[in-house]
Amino acid sequence: MAKTIGQEFVKGLWEEIPPFRLVLGLCPTLAVTKAVENGIGMGLATTFVLVCANFLVSILGGIIPSKIRIACFIIIIATFVTVVELVMQAYTYELFQELGIFIPLIVVNCIVLGRSEAFASKNGVLPSLADGLGIGIGFTLSLTAISAVREGLGNGTLLGHSIFGPSFEPFAIMVEAPGAFICLGLLLCIMNIISKK
Amino acid sequence: MREMVKMVIVLTVLSGLSGGLLAALHDTTKDRIENQVLKFVQGPAVEKIMKGSENEPVADRFSVKVGEEEKNFFVGIFDENPKSVAFETSASGYGGDVGVIVAIDMENNEIFGVEVTTHNETPGIGATVETDEEFKKQFKGMNLDNAFEVKNDDGDINAIAGATVTSRAVCKAVQRAVEIYRDNKSQINDQVKTFTG
Repeated sequence: MAKTIGQEFVKGLWEEIPPFRLVLGLCPTLAVTKAVENGIGMGLATTFVLVCANFLVSILGGIIPSKIRIACFIIIIATFVTVVELVMQAYTYELFQELGIFIPLIVVNCIVLGRSEAFASKNGVLPSLADGLGIGIGFTLSLTAISAVREGLGNGTLLGHSIFGPSFEPFAIMVEAPGAFICLGLLLCIMNIISKK
Repeated sequence: MREMVKMVIVLTVLSGLSGGLLAALHDTTKDRIENQVLKFVQGPAVEKIMKGSENEPVADRFSVKVGEEEKNFFVGIFDENPKSVAFETSASGYGGDVGVIVAIDMENNEIFGVEVTTHNETPGIGATVETDEEFKKQFKGMNLDNAFEVKNDDGDINAIAGATVTSRAVCKAVQRAVEIYRDNKSQINDQVKTFTG
């Protein structure tokens, strides 16, 4: 494990990009990606929580007894999630209305707990920050990609702007739940083809 | 033994810090969140009911203590008279509370209008309550002595097809509004008078 800070960051963008490489955190991935705006909002909220939780866990790593580490991680994560929820309610209420229940559910997002457990508790502060930021941005990119496909095909728009013109007949299924699975599966397939070469 | 003491101390301190931080943040964002709710949830509904008023009902508001809670009352001025007062009540529907803004015509002692603000009803069935103008229009002009019940319960309100539970919740919220209005009539009257001309 002699990776540099830069490598820790970059690995989250392709090599270990969630939710494609680490197929974790599927609940928000499938649920909120109806529109690009929601995808980006969810991604950024998760990134903030990831970075802050990784930072604190890496600092407290030595103090937290290993028997209760999961409980401690959850307290730390839940605190930051509530911070995000309150700030979002106060400043971007419309986005909060769209994301609704999925913001508090970041607490149980496996990606966040997974990074605390698997990475931050065993590494120093800087690599943990880089790891959190990389994974978070990777997650944001994935959500943006999935939601761009779903919003584009399912609604004919991108960020609310029409892209195919008025004659376009939207694929209504893409903004429904099955569309999320289809889209995720296809993107996963494309990524595997590219990385096999 | 020493390990157990350490675990208790770490968890207690961590929870305490987390609680303190969140309480502080909650206090600082409270007013802003209240304003946002006013702007995005109650505001549009109040404006819709009070359409054609000579003032801005969302700005012309006062609060009265109803039970434990401070309730916002919005005043609508028509023909230079503060004729209508609107406020939010709720009753439980099929999927949690249905929030309803009820406006009361103080001159004629009747319902001035009803709008649904927040709900978690089934999409396509109960959720249509938000947009079903025919349903909401029924309340308009009803005397406050009316029982406000759906026809299934021997009342005068035509329930939305397939959504009797939701329709009942709206009726119940209106009943509560009338109760609140009657119990606090003198206070409300005094406050509303200050908005004349």
